[in-house]
Amino acid sequence: MLEDYEITIGLEVHAQLATNTKIFCGCKNEFGAEPNTHTCPVCLGLPGTLPVLNEQAVEYIIKAGLALDCEIATFSKFDRKNYFYPDLPKAYQISQFDLPFCEAGEIDIQVDDEDHEIGITRIHLEEDAGKLTHAGDISNADSSLVDYNRVGTPLIEIVSEPDMKSPQQAVAYLKKLKSILEYIGVSDCEMSEGSLRADANLSIAPNGSEELGTKTELKNMNSFKAIEKALTYEAKRQEKLLDKGEEIVQGTRTWDDEAGKTLALREKEEAHDYRYFPEPDLVPVIVKDSWIKGIKNTIPALPDERKEQYVEEFGIPEYDAEVITADRELADFFEAVVAKFDDAKEVSNWVMGEFSRLLNENEVTPANVEFAPADLAKLLEMKEEDVISSKIAKKVFEKMFNTGQDPETIVEEEGLKQISDSSELEEIVEGVLEDNQSAVEDYKGGNKNVIGFFVGQTMQATQGKANPQKVKELLREKLEE
Amino acid sequence: MKLDQETVERVAHLARLEIDEEEKETFTHQLSDILDHAEKLNELDTEDVEPMAHATDVNNVLRSDDVKESLDQDEAVANAPDEEEGMFKVPQIVE
Amino acid sequence: MELYQLPAHELHEKLLAGEVSAVEITEAVYDRIEEVEDNVQAYLNLMKEEAIEQAKKVDQKLADGEDINPLAGIPVALKDNLSTEGIETTCASKILEGYQPPYNATVVEKLAAEDVVMTGKTNMDEFAMGSSTENSGIKNTYNPWDINRVPGGSSGGSAAAVAAGEATIALGSDTGGSIRQPAAFCGVVGMKPTYGLVSRYGLVAFASSLDQIGPFAKDVTDCALALNYIAGHDEMDSTSVDREIPDYTANLDGDISGMKIGVPEEYFGEGIDDEVKESVWNAIEQLEELGAEYEEVSLPHTDYGLSAYYLIAPAEASSNLARYDGVRYGHRSNQANGLIEMFKKTRQEGFGDEVKRRIMLGTYALSSGYYDAYYKKAQKVRTLIKEDFDEAFAEYDILISPTTPTTAFEIGDKSNDPLQMYLSDICTIPVNLAGLPALSMPCGVDSNDLPIGLQIIGDHFAEEKILQVAYALEQATDLDAELEL
Ligand SMILES: [Mg+2]
Ligand SMILES: [Zn+2]
Repeated sequence: MLEDYEITIGLEVHAQLATNTKIFCGCKNEFGAEPNTHTCPVCLGLPGTLPVLNEQAVEYIIKAGLALDCEIATFSKFDRKNYFYPDLPKAYQISQFDLPFCEAGEIDIQVDDEDHEIGITRIHLEEDAGKLTHAGDISNADSSLVDYNRVGTPLIEIVSEPDMKSPQQAVAYLKKLKSILEYIGVSDCEMSEGSLRADANLSIAPNGSEELGTKTELKNMNSFKAIEKALTYEAKRQEKLLDKGEEIVQGTRTWDDEAGKTLALREKEEAHDYRYFPEPDLVPVIVKDSWIKGIKNTIPALPDERKEQYVEEFGIPEYDAEVITADRELADFFEAVVAKFDDAKEVSNWVMGEFSRLLNENEVTPANVEFAPADLAKLLEMKEEDVISSKIAKKVFEKMFNTGQDPETIVEEEGLKQISDSSELEEIVEGVLEDNQSAVEDYKGGNKNVIGFFVGQTMQATQGKANPQKVKELLREKLEE
Repeated sequence: MKLDQETVERVAHLARLEIDEEEKETFTHQLSDILDHAEKLNELDTEDVEPMAHATDVNNVLRSDDVKESLDQDEAVANAPDEEEGMFKVPQIVE
Repeated sequence: MELYQLPAHELHEKLLAGEVSAVEITEAVYDRIEEVEDNVQAYLNLMKEEAIEQAKKVDQKLADGEDINPLAGIPVALKDNLSTEGIETTCASKILEGYQPPYNATVVEKLAAEDVVMTGKTNMDEFAMGSSTENSGIKNTYNPWDINRVPGGSSGGSAAAVAAGEATIALGSDTGGSIRQPAAFCGVVGMKPTYGLVSRYGLVAFASSLDQIGPFAKDVTDCALALNYIAGHDEMDSTSVDREIPDYTANLDGDISGMKIGVPEEYFGEGIDDEVKESVWNAIEQLEELGAEYEEVSLPHTDYGLSAYYLIAPAEASSNLARYDGVRYGHRSNQANGLIEMFKKTRQEGFGDEVKRRIMLGTYALSSGYYDAYYKKAQKVRTLIKEDFDEAFAEYDILISPTTPTTAFEIGDKSNDPLQMYLSDICTIPVNLAGLPALSMPCGVDSNDLPIGLQIIGDHFAEEKILQVAYALEQATDLDAELEL
């Protein structure tokens, strides 16, 4: 991307775990409730309260570690990360310092047909902070309001190696990571709700240089698009500085999406000194092999494995397989249809085409549609058996999508069956020819292309229900008479 | 003297404690005395000794992921020095 | 004997026999409070109305012929670092002024379930940091044996309340000696259980890996009785141990024949008052007469305990006390401009000197560049201290030492020299570092007629043995001292 420099990117991703309750108390882990209604003495950090670890959160981080090829620690513990901020009720975050649950994993990505392996340094378990909103107008607000509903939401922090060489690779890594976490069901990864958040470290160094350049840390990127734009902007910003012979200032920068710029955050007067030390209120977690095995058994086939299966078993193109498997729900849907209708390529065309279009337009996910995958299989079968035309099939599908009715009922109720009956068609075709005598003359005069016009007229007369193949045959018969 | 006033200032800031000149002076002396006393620990060779973080050897204390009742909003903010719309009100960070 | 002077087990007998009502007991204790509290100042907050209501409930149960628990109707005082729902809990700190917890500490719930009559919240060193209760952010408490002297600390209010007859039993907390040291100074029985035996849920944290709740009582039987009802596993405390709780009163029969006692020589060294040494040795010889054997033993790392403790405890405290920032409860400075100043001024105004000193020390010990040299080093030394005890307990059933180097000192004596004050916990601190149980009981008086405390230390969860020995000694000793107030 830059001519004279090589880019190095590392990512730190926080994903909220989809547990029922918070990490250290029984309050609901739920987005969007009235402020401070999902709080209790424990998550409010009231004096005297103590944390008790949620077993599900531990299972989820181990599951994530296994899905990301990590080594799972047999002995893990928690530490306190101390800093003052109003959204942090205990003034320390319970996190993990030197003994995280997972280490040394990897994610394989593909960018421009090239394979890259991105290392994962570690994954640790920690608690989320609360939410601070500014009272009134942000520009002159003199106070903020704190809502602690989010405090104590279990988070996994996934730290990558600085293995990414372009903003595109970083986005591919994030998309793959998101897809895997969704596959294994440990996080809903809703970026708009903050359940997946990514910070980046970026540096550039002259091509061929052994040493890495000075890095900056980028925050506040709330979508894949923002991440790609921010990283691209930052790489170019650093390039300009180096070209002018200036130095990169190490520090944290925030992405301003509206301005399309990264901006330096006010540097704190002292460097962070989090004073980590072992959390005395929690005891260590020892993870036995049998526990790991049990969790392993709950991991479904992951995107890469499924993609390979789709290409080899179903014979669909790699591109299709990639697109479909990126979203677990979409892949599940696809497989459910293929189980009932074995022309996989046809299914893939529909899933990637009409189905995806309608999902986007209606902002629903495949798991939440009104109709069953078997209904789509039925629809495709009706089309294959010429019960309906392909044009009608799309119409029926849209209705299925909107109402949840099965295709047979729709076709029946709306009289959409394809007309293949010769005598019925013969009558219609004759009418069309009668109404278009001059065109008949053209045909007879040698302009055989006119037949297309007749087909169109016939389809119109039948509201698309005529079998176009049959219509063509009949027209030829009549015109050659 | 183990500590200088500058260190005492830095530590006070880390701990978010405002201390006046007199306190700075006293703390510098008193903390130095205590740290001098702590030097005694260096008489011991602890190279191969494991640090002890807990007084029990209990492990794997986990709770099941079951929802328990939360406080009502008004109970949650009942002790707040300042509150607005069911939220805790705090001053802005000023430059 | 007046009702306020009787131990709980005797009051219980009287209740069962119908000789006295729970309301009469409660009123006797409040009358006593009325009489002596001006001089003692044990309480921060009295709960008389609720107490009388609770006592009436017990009397109703008795009238209905229902069974009552051994602690039902017994007046019990609570240290002010135990959370009490809807009742101000301040840890004797200005920073928690007005704070009313929306929940009860587990021990408070447990006592309530036994129909205990809770008398009030007792004074303490602010956030349990101190050895004289002079660090209370609210007021001083005075030793009932001599009101010119300190009651010890940090649970000075609880110890003084039991000694003065202002409560039959009291709960305190012990991080480095805060139950045993004031028990010794006030001439009562005080016990720090094994770390993990009593739930810490609702105990406002000072140093989480050292804190433990325990009872103050007029005699060993009451101490055992109280332990029966506060011990036990709690799902709300991850460090609480899931094990069967015995009846701690079961073995109180005076029989200690064959018991092997270790006497750690380091606890009788320089700085320990001669009168204290002599009194403890007399008690040991008395135990020998009762059939126990004793031997001197060495715990070679004892001298390092104080230094290790004064790094570990402040480090944990600096983190535990960071939450007092003026956002959610308690004091907030109204002198501040902006958030960071609000934090700093709130904490400046709210915390007393000793608390600030320990926060500073702990923050320093954990800060970047010093963690290994101070905090981690101290944790390693902690291991060595624990190993000393492990070795001793492979050999001996219990260890006996003085509880404190001296008897109660005069108010103001040490308040300007933190290090001197810290030294008064030198015999109790190693026990907390190792997580062991220990009890302090009076074993005599000095030439000033002040009580002398003897410490019995046991192996992890050896509370029964400790109480067995303590009971035998109690039966064999006539203290021959009477408190005049
Ligand atoms: Mg994090
Ligand atoms: Zn909660």
